[in-house]
Amino acid sequence: MSSQTARSNLMALPAIAWLGLFMIVPCLIVFAYAFLTRGLYGGVEYTLTSENFARVFDPLYAKIFLTSVRIAGLATLFAILIAYPAAYAICLAPKRMQPILLFFAVLPFWSNYLIRTYAWIVLLNREGLINNLLRWLGYDGEPLSLLYSEGAVIVGLVYNYLPFVILAIYSSLSRLNGDLIEASRDLGAGRVRTFLRVTLPLTMPGVAAGGVFIFVLSIGNFVTPALLGGGRFQMIGNLVYDQFLTANDWPFGAALGMVLIAVMIGLLLLQARASARFSGETAEAKHG
Amino acid sequence: MISGHLILDCASKRENAVKLSGEMRASKKIAGLVGAAMLLQAGTALSADLVISNWAGYMAPDIAETFKAATGLTIEVVNHATNEEIMGKLMASQGKGFDVVFVSSPFAHILNGQGLVEPLSDATVPNLANLYPEARKLAYDPGNTYAVPYAWGTTGLCYRSDLVKGTPDSWASLLAPTDDLKGKVTMLATDRWLMGAGLLYKGFSVNEKDPAKIEEAKTALIAAKKTLLAYDDTTFYSKLVSAEASLVQAWDGWCNYGIAENDKIKFVVPKEGSDLWIDTMVIMKNSEKKEAALKFVNYILEAKNHAWAASNIFYKVPNKPAMESLDPALIAQYPNMGMTPAELVGYEELQDLGEAQRDYSKAVSEIKAAN
Repeated sequence: MSSQTARSNLMALPAIAWLGLFMIVPCLIVFAYAFLTRGLYGGVEYTLTSENFARVFDPLYAKIFLTSVRIAGLATLFAILIAYPAAYAICLAPKRMQPILLFFAVLPFWSNYLIRTYAWIVLLNREGLINNLLRWLGYDGEPLSLLYSEGAVIVGLVYNYLPFVILAIYSSLSRLNGDLIEASRDLGAGRVRTFLRVTLPLTMPGVAAGGVFIFVLSIGNFVTPALLGGGRFQMIGNLVYDQFLTANDWPFGAALGMVLIAVMIGLLLLQARASARFSGETAEAKHG
Repeated sequence: MISGHLILDCASKRENAVKLSGEMRASKKIAGLVGAAMLLQAGTALSADLVISNWAGYMAPDIAETFKAATGLTIEVVNHATNEEIMGKLMASQGKGFDVVFVSSPFAHILNGQGLVEPLSDATVPNLANLYPEARKLAYDPGNTYAVPYAWGTTGLCYRSDLVKGTPDSWASLLAPTDDLKGKVTMLATDRWLMGAGLLYKGFSVNEKDPAKIEEAKTALIAAKKTLLAYDDTTFYSKLVSAEASLVQAWDGWCNYGIAENDKIKFVVPKEGSDLWIDTMVIMKNSEKKEAALKFVNYILEAKNHAWAASNIFYKVPNKPAMESLDPALIAQYPNMGMTPAELVGYEELQDLGEAQRDYSKAVSEIKAAN
């Protein structure tokens, strides 16, 4: 037993070293920078201060934080509403078709993020495909301003991260014990009731995993608001980016980054705890 | 860098001649989108005689070969996406690892203030004599004692003359557009130029440091957001070509990329004035190859070599024989290439803001967060 533990420790070593070197150490550096003073021309001066964290709560930046939460939250909501039926449909397909359908769901992910985002510019702009299609269909008013709006940012985020959510929900759905649904139906529950009382609660861990995933990726995103939002919507990611690349304020950027990381870690922990408790409950239910 | 190329490659369908320049500019101002991660990229190659850091696409692609043929010296070119990126590296290493660096004039000024750059003179760089007299007495470095101007230009309004009535010759055309232009204008996103539009509109200096005046410009820019299509640093000229926008705030050189695709596109500097930006070459004091570095700078200043930037990426260069060697057809097609040095130095040189940079950054955050 102990030699096995030793071997598994050894095998985990590369991964641990990787995480340590490229994640923990950089995070510690960022954390340390967040308490230093801004160097006038980039970099930091080694004078301790807590001012950077105080500034994060300045109403202006708090507002940007809230905007980010709103945009990421809406993206999460829409992604789940689209991904759940999609994952469900894939689950209902014949077993041998499922990997193929999943493959198609994930396929867009194989192209570059920026190209996919630019494709939306081509679709949505005032002289773009959608407006041209409308014109072709006989619409002759002012072209619709679809791009450079909060909606466009949300569309971009949902589109780009949807495959993750579909996969997460699919993995939950595919592990669902079919007997439970049968039992529910045998006991007289209708389709809707069975879905709401059995299927949905049992697949919540998948929904939560997918949801947390897209939320975390969206809230820190800075490319999509810059491109599809036309820079008109400042998200926390853009703010961090600006601190390093134009404002020369690395410590403030570091402080913002730390707060963002704290939010992400908090959410991931909540999700992990919820799903642990959940699997505990189902295990109990099975034994009971 | 890769990101910058992708951004531009799919953002616009320019002809090959223009493509290079677009890539260069994309890299210069935005590549940073993903390039932030490259802040720590090491930029040294021990094998080459010289290490040069420049924006991607800002020199002839075969510069290493031609320079080697001319001098026998090998060079290694590394790229930076923004001034801030290379400044971070230079501050950290005290300039070690680099011999010649291309930076905008305010940053050259800072590097000189920090004692990181090597003094220059006509004796060590004889081709300085090729520079226009105006380029020899720029405020940040009269006499070219530490920096050599490589390219210069200004910021103005680039517009579709077939969609805009008359000549939009005021910053008010951008900030308070007529009804037919509402929702069809874009502004630059980078803080100096975004704030610049507001400051000039209000009649202030592009280097204004007074918080009250910065506040006024900010208020004007927030009001202007309602009539704005987007903040755009990289694809504004494509928006003109596609008629998505009719009037955009643009750097002169970049407006030329739009003109290349549609000759109805025109450039004008508003009557209230504008900024003068200058990109420069500096030699690092800690360079161990100063002699070779001086040779390189001198080589670039040869008319034929310096003209490359003008004839290929449509940037004005402050080199008299180089500009005089240009094909008149080029200037006819891109009239702002014909702007005289006297006109250019009539605009206000962008200077380092020091601590006031923070007020600018904050104002820009507020503008972008405003509804």
